[in-house]
Amino acid sequence: MTKEIRLAKQKRRNQKIAFGLFQFTSYAVVGLLFVILAFIVIKGIGVISWEFITEMPKEGMTQGGIFPAIVGTLCLVFGSMIFAFPVGVLAAIYMNEYVKDGWIKKIIKQMTNNLAGVPSIVFGLFGMALFVNKLEFGDSLLAGSLTLGLLVLPVVIRTTEESLKSVDDTFRQASLGLGASKWQTTSEVVFPIAFPNIITGLILSIGRVSGETAPILFTVAAYFLPKLPTSIFDQAMALPYHLYVISTSGTNIEASRAMAYGTALILIIIVLISNLLANALRKYFGKKVKMN
Amino acid sequence: MLSSAATSITVVLIVFFLFIEGAGVFTKKPIEEGFLLAVHSTNPIQKLEPSQVKDIFDQKITNWKQLGGKNEPIVLFRTEDITEFYSEAELGENFEHFPAKIDEYVSKTPGVIAFFSDKYKAKNFHGKELEINKIKIFEFLSGEEWFPTAQPIAQMGVKALIYGTLWVSFGAILLALPIGLAAAIYLSEIARKRTRNILKPLIELLAGIPSVVYGFFGLVVIVPLIQSVFGLPVGETGLAGSIVLAIMALPTIITISEDAMRTTPRAMKEASLALGASHWQTIYKVTIPYSASGITAGAILGIGRAIGETMAVLMVTGNAAIIPHTLLAPLRTIPATIAAELGEAANGGLHYQSLFALGCILFLITFCINMLVELVTNRGSHKKH
Repeated sequence: MTKEIRLAKQKRRNQKIAFGLFQFTSYAVVGLLFVILAFIVIKGIGVISWEFITEMPKEGMTQGGIFPAIVGTLCLVFGSMIFAFPVGVLAAIYMNEYVKDGWIKKIIKQMTNNLAGVPSIVFGLFGMALFVNKLEFGDSLLAGSLTLGLLVLPVVIRTTEESLKSVDDTFRQASLGLGASKWQTTSEVVFPIAFPNIITGLILSIGRVSGETAPILFTVAAYFLPKLPTSIFDQAMALPYHLYVISTSGTNIEASRAMAYGTALILIIIVLISNLLANALRKYFGKKVKMN
Repeated sequence: MLSSAATSITVVLIVFFLFIEGAGVFTKKPIEEGFLLAVHSTNPIQKLEPSQVKDIFDQKITNWKQLGGKNEPIVLFRTEDITEFYSEAELGENFEHFPAKIDEYVSKTPGVIAFFSDKYKAKNFHGKELEINKIKIFEFLSGEEWFPTAQPIAQMGVKALIYGTLWVSFGAILLALPIGLAAAIYLSEIARKRTRNILKPLIELLAGIPSVVYGFFGLVVIVPLIQSVFGLPVGETGLAGSIVLAIMALPTIITISEDAMRTTPRAMKEASLALGASHWQTIYKVTIPYSASGITAGAILGIGRAIGETMAVLMVTGNAAIIPHTLLAPLRTIPATIAAELGEAANGGLHYQSLFALGCILFLITFCINMLVELVTNRGSHKKH
């Protein structure tokens, strides 16, 4: 009897220790997020001013602002999305609504997964070989946007597919039952219901694209270019690349540290806003659909 | 319909371009374009391996006998050495007599091996041009030195880079796996629903932070920390890379393992609890074994992310292309090498192609990892039915 009590006590103690450890670890991981964010916010907040986001870099990028980098990143986001969004959404619609389960679907799925697993630097190599050299776009917004577009294509496809899958089959059956064609059902019924979630995917992709560095290293990014791009064949500065160069290979790394903190903060703000916005939208529309 | 093939087409195109460019390494001579190696006309040696040329110019091989030739000490000659033998007047104001003088020097030095530019080759050159064997795939993979722009012969051994990549990645997983698993167990089995709903999106937010920001954070926080804790001359080490990569791999590991654990049927857990097992015993005797395939998939995927990660690693590992023996020394990974060197490699040149060959290796590794994940998850789902 006493032995059993001792065992039970030991069991409870082990559980307490293990659970405490797990709880601590989980909070530590979240704590890590806050440490990183807080560090960059505290160091960067003093740097950010109206001048910082609207002026050209000056004095070997130790003074002035990061305006051209912000514009460059916006151009890249816009350019890549204009390509990846329609292609990805159409691909997902076709895959989810039209293709029957079988080996073709399996192969396409597998290829999409593989593309998602390709390291970003390999996209950079590929973009350089195909867009910059083979198609002779040169280092340009066009080459960079296409490279980034291919990189986020799997993300767009996956999120769109998820949103289409979440549309209840009864909607499709009801529409078809009323005599609508397959395409009418897809475009008038399924797509509008899935649309909010698709937009969520778009916002997430924007966050991803604005932070990618490796794919733009050799396809578009300029080290220092104190003017705005005027055509899609121009080189451009970009926020992530700017952060990379001023923190590792600038002419005066110590003097440009402050600029680096500021750039990191702007980058994080863009990414966080897109993530939080996506989360909020998901929650909002999730509730709305349930209420119907 | 075409758009759904877009990803497949892209994968095929990536493979095509990567391998076309990368294959150039094995079809080209590893000597800089427009340059040649020549020996005395009576020298019986016709052909040399790239590694032999390197050993000759490093003066590890000093006699032709070692290469199966005559017993004659090797005399090294590079273009710039010409001024030791001839005066500036003899060479001409605009080096117009260079070809003739090089020819003269090579003809009168039986043990010579000369490395010079094509444009200095005399029309009736009396020496014998050496043939250089191409780099073999085996040499490429097993070579320990990475000096793709070395003169006279490029050194393209990727062993150090592969080792560097693996060291950093496995270091990262070793750090991230226990932490990630613990967090996944907490989130899926222990935490209340409300806690979980707050913590999980926050952890996923970690995945959203751009890699260059992680690199920057590593550079200004982790690198100095490692330097002072271990008393190292430089803080840019493999360990710094592993720590940064571990932070980056955490969300992947946590999300996937947690999803896997949540698929454990409630009935199994309840059966275990009903038999008198404690909650903790149920977790490690029932839930974890049941979701093992999912957890493995998460770990493998985490390794895949780590192997392919470029910017963060590039910024914190110090980029020394030597085979690492400890994580406390600078090292260099494959993606970091590509990122650091492609900018200065001439388009279509040997260096450029060697970086594409590195890209091929990287692509193959990540491709295999993806397949492995697929295999592990499929096996797991079969077992469940």
